[in-house]
Amino acid sequence: MDKEGLGLEITELRLGLPGGGTEKNEKKRVFSEISEEEENEKSNGPPELQSKSQVVGWPPVCSYRKKNSFGDKDGSKTSKFYVKVSMDGAPFLRKIDLALHKGYSDLVKALEKLFGEALRDAESCEFVPIYEDKDGDWMLAGDVPWEMFIESCKRLRIMKKADAKGFGVLQSRVALNGTLKE
Amino acid sequence: MNYFPDEVVEHVFDFITSHKDRNSVSLVCKSWYKIERYSRQRVFIGNCYSITPQRLIARFPGLKSLTLKGKPHFADFNLVPHDWGGFVDPWIKALAKSRIGLEELRLKRMVVSDDSLELLSKSFPNFKSLVLVSCDGFTTDGVAAIAANCRFLRELDLQENEVEDHRGHWLSCFPESCTSLVSLNFACLKGEINLASLERLVARSPNLKSLRLNRVVPLDTLQKLLMRAPQLVDLGIGSYVDDPSSEVFSKLKAVIQLCNSIRSLSGFLEVAPCCMSAIYPICENLTFLNLSYAPGLQGNDLTKLVQHCRKLQRLWILDCIGDKGLGVVASTCKELQELRVFPSDPFDAGNAAVTEEGLVLISAGCPKLNSLLYFCHQMTNAALITVAKNCTNFIRFRLCILDPVKADPVTNQPLDEGFGAIVRSNKSLKRLSLSGLLTDQVFLYIGMYAKKLEMLSIAFAGDSNKGMLYVLNGCKKLRKLEIRDCPFGDVALLEDMGKYETMRSLWMSSCEVTLGACKILAKKMSSLNVEIINESEQLEFSLDDRLLVDKMYLYRTLVGHRKDKPEYVLLL
Repeated sequence: MDKEGLGLEITELRLGLPGGGTEKNEKKRVFSEISEEEENEKSNGPPELQSKSQVVGWPPVCSYRKKNSFGDKDGSKTSKFYVKVSMDGAPFLRKIDLALHKGYSDLVKALEKLFGEALRDAESCEFVPIYEDKDGDWMLAGDVPWEMFIESCKRLRIMKKADAKGFGVLQSRVALNGTLKE
Repeated sequence: MNYFPDEVVEHVFDFITSHKDRNSVSLVCKSWYKIERYSRQRVFIGNCYSITPQRLIARFPGLKSLTLKGKPHFADFNLVPHDWGGFVDPWIKALAKSRIGLEELRLKRMVVSDDSLELLSKSFPNFKSLVLVSCDGFTTDGVAAIAANCRFLRELDLQENEVEDHRGHWLSCFPESCTSLVSLNFACLKGEINLASLERLVARSPNLKSLRLNRVVPLDTLQKLLMRAPQLVDLGIGSYVDDPSSEVFSKLKAVIQLCNSIRSLSGFLEVAPCCMSAIYPICENLTFLNLSYAPGLQGNDLTKLVQHCRKLQRLWILDCIGDKGLGVVASTCKELQELRVFPSDPFDAGNAAVTEEGLVLISAGCPKLNSLLYFCHQMTNAALITVAKNCTNFIRFRLCILDPVKADPVTNQPLDEGFGAIVRSNKSLKRLSLSGLLTDQVFLYIGMYAKKLEMLSIAFAGDSNKGMLYVLNGCKKLRKLEIRDCPFGDVALLEDMGKYETMRSLWMSSCEVTLGACKILAKKMSSLNVEIINESEQLEFSLDDRLLVDKMYLYRTLVGHRKDKPEYVLLL
């Protein structure tokens, strides 16, 4: 029954997804070609490997783990950038869509709206906006261009300046101090 | 046969607890069958379609604990369409109607609805334990029903489920009178919870031994919870982010010192590496450490932490620990039995985090190693042969080379010899997953040496039907065989049809099996369900027997065709 080598592959009938992906034999051949290329070009970053992510179910990492430990490297970048915002002293957190804002000043206005009451209630406190980036580090908001910021920001925190001893620079380019004081 | 009255025999059976042994006991004679079935309290059903709930209830009226598994394993990798099956609802409905006093339900890869959970919570007054692993179909409303209605709940363990989160109230549904909790794991839930409710719940649960938090529980809440529950044995940390110089952090450091019962640590779903030093005092006693969901930790952080974990028996970690880091594990964790190394970036080969070197170091340093799951970028035959020399106790050996058909990069050879060495020297091997470039030869070795093998996973391997035949003929204990993208076809499938009655299931996708062969198999073997999963919209099922089948799943069953199959599944 082995048809291999007789060139009959083209007459193979199969049930499967319409036009779905490469033929299985070709898949195997594609991979071995790429492996060979890898041998020859060890020093270059092989861009062909991108195509391997197209194979359904490979690598065999369960879908829950894929969704929860790789961030959004798996593609499917949505146009929404909802991040949590916490404020020291406020009883609960809020969420804000960064994609809706054009820049830092826009963001500040939105934050004021969200936490207006809490900000007013705080007694002569100054606030520093910090955010957690993709590496898990807490960064002062305002240093990097806005586009870079929304790409890497995972959550925001409006921190009391008083708590920031141990942090270096306290002057943020973002005019949060002025606008949010009392 | 019986020299003793039934009660005495039954008492003897009380000491026989493993499912296998109890099953064997029930086959000895009619009398033992009867005694065994009335005294059986725990039943394990590896495939929910192999039997009906009605027959289960009829045979074991004393049932207290039921374990059910639904979808095939490859469903984890999105190879099984969403609504294929595995519904728990008919089971819960049937049990609820009966007189069964269910106390414990453990489900894996099943579809669970909120209605099912609510019915469960209201039908069994002594219900104590719910464990859901890799399930889906429910929301936090269902979880709320369990919390609210199960008055003697001891265990609520949600592991890696896809749960729609309706935000927050479920935790507050535990009544004030609920003080029986021993284990609470909600790490997989995404939504907000009422932190104050959580604190109160922990405060009134003096028996709480296991607590796994989700991402939204911040560090200062963690500190308060640990104050209330210093007796914890198993802790899953949610968010672990703070300024190390803060007062909250100092409090946390202090309270962690008191938690000297903690043996198992996981989570760190959000983590600031600078805070990890607070954990070091409890590392000395840890036997299980799971950092595989903590992408915020780099190799250095992981290595520094592991150096404190001398008593570690099980380690789950991301590959950013690197070969060097695995070397540190090898020299520190002499009690290590199980190692799982997951890929931190499965699609980017540029950052080769772990290779064969790390595995060799581990094998040399950890003589008790018996269970391995290892994702790596490359493997060599020489390395596998060395591992096989160093480790002869493997029960589980799962190797995943991220490039599906990668040869030995040093010799350009397939990895047949390497895996051959593994099966030859590890005579107790029960589970094996292969990867890399492999020919029929590796299957010859497996058939020859892997005499205790129960589960085998194969992808992109082999040259011909011979490969599959070596396995089917040689592995007498085989229970589960799952194959994808291999050149195995009708000849292999049909050679020994009776074999499948000795197995739980066979999965074959993107192989060379025809519809005709599946029909022959289904016709000959009435004890098997042969399912063809066809997701293509265009094709009708009355087609040519010569058509190659994309996905076939067959399993033994006592109850024939299932009634709940979706349209795209053809039951032959």
